[in-house]
Amino acid sequence: MSFPTDLKYSKEHEWVRVSGNEAYIGISFFAQKELGDIVYVDVDCEGDTIEKDGIFGTVEAVKTVSDLYMPVGGEVLEINPKLQDAPDLVNSDPYGDGWMIKISMSDAAELDSLMDAAAYEAMVTGK
Amino acid sequence: MKLTPFTSIHEALGAKMAAFAGYNMPISYSGIIDEHHTVRRAVGVFDVSHMGEFILKGSGALELLQNIVSNDVSKLALGQAMYAYFPNEQGGIVDDLLVYHLDDGNYMLVVNASNIEKDWNWIAQHNTENVEIHDISDETALLAIQGPKAIDALQPLTDIDLAAIKYYSFVRGKLAGIDNVIISATGYTGAGGFELYFKKEHAEQVWHAIFNAGKPFGIKPVGLGCRDTLRLEMGFCLYGNDINDTTSPLEAGLGWVTKFTKDFVGKELLLEQKNNGLKNKLVGLEMIDKGIPRHDYEICAEDGTVIGKVTSGTQSPSLEKAIALGYVPVEKAAIGEVVYIKVRDKLLKAQVCKLPFYKAQ
Repeated sequence: MSFPTDLKYSKEHEWVRVSGNEAYIGISFFAQKELGDIVYVDVDCEGDTIEKDGIFGTVEAVKTVSDLYMPVGGEVLEINPKLQDAPDLVNSDPYGDGWMIKISMSDAAELDSLMDAAAYEAMVTGK
Repeated sequence: MKLTPFTSIHEALGAKMAAFAGYNMPISYSGIIDEHHTVRRAVGVFDVSHMGEFILKGSGALELLQNIVSNDVSKLALGQAMYAYFPNEQGGIVDDLLVYHLDDGNYMLVVNASNIEKDWNWIAQHNTENVEIHDISDETALLAIQGPKAIDALQPLTDIDLAAIKYYSFVRGKLAGIDNVIISATGYTGAGGFELYFKKEHAEQVWHAIFNAGKPFGIKPVGLGCRDTLRLEMGFCLYGNDINDTTSPLEAGLGWVTKFTKDFVGKELLLEQKNNGLKNKLVGLEMIDKGIPRHDYEICAEDGTVIGKVTSGTQSPSLEKAIALGYVPVEKAAIGEVVYIKVRDKLLKAQVCKLPFYKAQ
């Protein structure tokens, strides 16, 4: 299980990588592990502005389907084009090539409500 | 939660465990897709000890079975197994099961874990002639060794010629040093292989012997996750998903194990269904649009009118397509018929296709 320290994490297991006013969003190693083999990432929100905690798509594993929540609000600038044909990148590289959307944040102050790596690790491992 | 004789082995292997029918069961080990391919291409081992086993013995056993089972048990030769269901008195299904003819007049029934108590009560209620019945579920271990390499993996463990055991027949004998193992050429995967029934005290010995013998053939432990994708690729019904107390066995496509040539509980209602013509049919569906159908999703006409329901659905690992089983009106049940499945408020195009979805090479 890995918890990169340069990311912020939400209770719903999304991560955010901030660069200026833009941010990349994906799901955590823990989340992909819990879901199992991911077979479809259904995200179709390019150009939409979605509030914090709003649903930006769903991720389908063999056995289950799970909604994806905005850890912070913003306008969706880009959807990871690689996931269309290779959704398993979310399993193999959740913090890298498995990123899901890139956004322009509406209010960077919302980042303060997220967890750092240590707090998130403590939440999922119960330690 | 109940355990199987193999629970500690699964936990030591790091399996993802979950509650299923009141048992703590392994869902997956290396991942559902990897395990699925292991069974299609090599050999995998399922612990299905949660299943229920009943023994019906001696005088009156056949008559009792003939009365409560849909299939004709009088045609079941010694050493053979048969698929059947218990019809209820409302035109639905109590459970589906396998019947084994063990010895002259002695039978073993294998039922779904979730229905053990319901089935036991159903049988007892119809047992007016006091046939001897035993529930041996808690003392029986059951492993399903499934896949094209199953014979190669198991043959070193027994003198019985495994290749000679025909589909839906069984032999009782010595395997892995244990006497009286039922070696049954059955399964729920369409991949070939065996189901082994034995006393639970031998569980660890049998498990380790199988994994040692199967090593050269790529044997792996596999969980209930891929059991579901494998059976769905074959179009096999799962009780609780595709069939239940209220679904018609005829609409579910179980006419082939319904023998109207004998009397049985619920026969009149089923005959009536048959003579009046069936309204719906359980069909195979393949997605045309991108999306994955799931249990209970609505099946619609093009204008969004609901015409049926998905009963099972998944992404098929072998076909790399989304597939489903679902009930549709008979007018919409022809191969190639286009229907729409409502996935999160979107109507996605699908078409009725032939079963099984997957055919072994």
